[in-house]
Amino acid sequence: MDLLRLATAGSVDDGKSTLIGRMLYDSKSIFTDQLEAIERTSRDRGDDYTDLALLTDGLRAEREQGITIDVAYRYFATPKRKFIVADTPGHIQYTRNMVTGASTADVGIVLADARKGLIEQSRRHAFLVSLLQVPHLVLAVNKMDLVDWSEEVYESIRAEFVEFASKLQISDLTVIPMSALKGDNVVERSANMPWYQGAPLLHHLENVHIASDRNLVDVRFPVQYVIRPHQNRNQDYRGYAGQVAGGVLKAGDEVVVLPSGLGTRIAGIETADGPVEEAFAPMSVVLRLEDDLDVSRGDMICRPNNRPSVSQDIDAMVCWMGDSPLVPGQKLAIKHTTRTARTLVKELQYELNINTLHRNLEAVDLRLNEIGRVRLRTTSPLMADEYRRNRATGGFVLIDEATNATVGAGMIVGAE
Amino acid sequence: MKPAAGEEKDPMARTERSPRYSLSHLKTLEAEAIFIIREVAAELERPALMFSGGKDSIVMLELARRAFAPARIPFPVLHIDTGHNFDEVLEHRDREVKRLGLTLVVGSVQEAIDRGVVREEPNGSRNRIQTAVLLETAEKHGFTALLGGARRDEEKARAKERVFSFRDEFGQWDPKSQRPEVWGLYNTRVHVGESIRVFPISNWTELDIWSYIEQENIEVPSLYYSRRRPVFRRNGMLFAVHRFCQPRPSEEVFEADVRYRTMGDATLTAAVTSDAATPAQVREEVAGTRLTERGATRGDDQVSEAAMEDRKKEGYF
Ligand SMILES: Nc1nc2c(ncn2[C@@H]2O[C@H](COP(=O)(O)OP(=O)(O)OP(=O)(O)O)[C@@H](O)[C@H]2O)c(=O)[nH]1
Ligand SMILES: [Mg+2]
Repeated sequence: MDLLRLATAGSVDDGKSTLIGRMLYDSKSIFTDQLEAIERTSRDRGDDYTDLALLTDGLRAEREQGITIDVAYRYFATPKRKFIVADTPGHIQYTRNMVTGASTADVGIVLADARKGLIEQSRRHAFLVSLLQVPHLVLAVNKMDLVDWSEEVYESIRAEFVEFASKLQISDLTVIPMSALKGDNVVERSANMPWYQGAPLLHHLENVHIASDRNLVDVRFPVQYVIRPHQNRNQDYRGYAGQVAGGVLKAGDEVVVLPSGLGTRIAGIETADGPVEEAFAPMSVVLRLEDDLDVSRGDMICRPNNRPSVSQDIDAMVCWMGDSPLVPGQKLAIKHTTRTARTLVKELQYELNINTLHRNLEAVDLRLNEIGRVRLRTTSPLMADEYRRNRATGGFVLIDEATNATVGAGMIVGAE
Repeated sequence: MKPAAGEEKDPMARTERSPRYSLSHLKTLEAEAIFIIREVAAELERPALMFSGGKDSIVMLELARRAFAPARIPFPVLHIDTGHNFDEVLEHRDREVKRLGLTLVVGSVQEAIDRGVVREEPNGSRNRIQTAVLLETAEKHGFTALLGGARRDEEKARAKERVFSFRDEFGQWDPKSQRPEVWGLYNTRVHVGESIRVFPISNWTELDIWSYIEQENIEVPSLYYSRRRPVFRRNGMLFAVHRFCQPRPSEEVFEADVRYRTMGDATLTAAVTSDAATPAQVREEVAGTRLTERGATRGDDQVSEAAMEDRKKEGYF
């Protein structure tokens, strides 16, 4: 059985939490005591029906305000797959929490309220999902019960979204009309919308093909930790631990260690279960090398004829999450794979208007939740791939060294 | 940045639908947890692994062993001893510590009560007061990062917590200002006085834990397996009779096939009726259960709807 990571997105009150609750409920993944607890809460608040959003809105403040503030993770499984669901907040104020949930997702579900159609925040989140290169996108046209299950309404929202999506990098788009509240097209096919020929959401999630989303071509192994036992039994053992970020590694393969560029071969690939023939993402393994090279955390092992750029000059799209703005000239810490360096923001090339996709070349700063393209100069070289090609070696975070806060999520566009 | 000559342009070109390069969900969770544990060892000054002797911390300890093999786990194990432990759990703890060559640090709740640092709660539960002992012990030993075996599926406040979770100088969690946590790029920086809790098995469910115990042949205390035990009924739950859990005169003792789903405070942890006597049988039972493990067995978590959130804000793990 494989694992699928799923994240919801969309504007406030579009029904994200309700949808997750419905999916858990209809797939019988809710425990009796959890259900009784939310039934009680709903009753005490005077709701007419049990509010399934309470299944994920677990914080006191969220329940009081009826909104989602931070990501909640829920888990369920069907005979076909195991799912990790991130229910993210719709409020613009909490965009960084939405990015947290979506950054690792295989599938992003953007909800839209059928009565309102696509509003700024739905576009914004669809754009973020595409920017984060979530490989599969579902547009859930929700609250169809409130528009009389109208095919016309659905069609016009679908058409508008397809038009907008054509300007984004979305490789796989599925559109589903549903009612998260009533359960139509969530787990069960809707009897109210016979005009919809496609599968309900859960069926789609069970069958969407995700195995080929990983990069199995470009060998990338960021060294995370050096294992030296200091025991009599393993005197000379030296292993390089890490999680494979791309490609397939095999014992005997010729490799180079970056940034030094020194070459050697893989002597063996080890796990606590013993040696393995091959390693691929996302396995955590230990590599032993044939030669005694100076290799440490932050180095990258790859194949001689397929290397990332080794560069101190990085062009990237940055989603700014700091309370005070990003400005050119600023110095920050940068964490990219297992390497941490310092960086200067050399240039803000433009700020991107997420609604119109217009590039504002006049922008002087990036504020909380804004997205722009920057050029960075780092103190030590990064082994960089385009984010488009590899999420693990193309993404980085920016950290404010004074507050220690994570203030930016970056996606590498190029490196010279 | 350009692919070298002879390499495919499209990174997905060669992958097709090759099941050969797919990882099972358990091995994926394992790889993620090992990555997190190594990240702690690589980036944090003085970490310790919180070990309660329960199934989650046993699995976490096993993952730590795997993360560093053939070397030893490069940090100590910390046990907050409530004084209300099942004997077998302590025996298991000591055996593991010895087998893996670890250093064990114990913070004693009983001793803290004797010193007057904390006061016994009216219901006798030491779940809440152990927080103060945890914070004190961590401070005394200079631990700035604590690895914990909490899972997000356990409880709705935990479902909201980051893998790397920051605590202020009082050990408190602020659910409204958590750091964004994108990709696997964990920001481990803290100011002096602050600390981090790290939860490598955040994404595991109770069922995953049991599937893993079965698949990897991991030893857990036999209290987790069903046996005929003398029990009595209290607050609708079954309690097995043992040193810390004695029936009141009005409570009738009878025999039943029971096992434990969790190993909390021994005075308050209830057993569940069960025939599951092997890892595979427990896994099957858990797959079909309709009650959460806390709902089924913890007398003290049901105090209020936001009990866990409140406890975490105070510094509980
Ligand atoms: N009629 C109808 N109401 C719905 C539907 N889905 C959700 N709702 C209602 O819409 C309101 C908001 O739902 P939530 O699930 O909390 O919305 P959300 O998208 O999670 O909101 P945030 O997380 O705060 O961004 C609630 O009152 C729901 O009951 C639907 O399909 N039909
Ligand atoms: Mg919500």
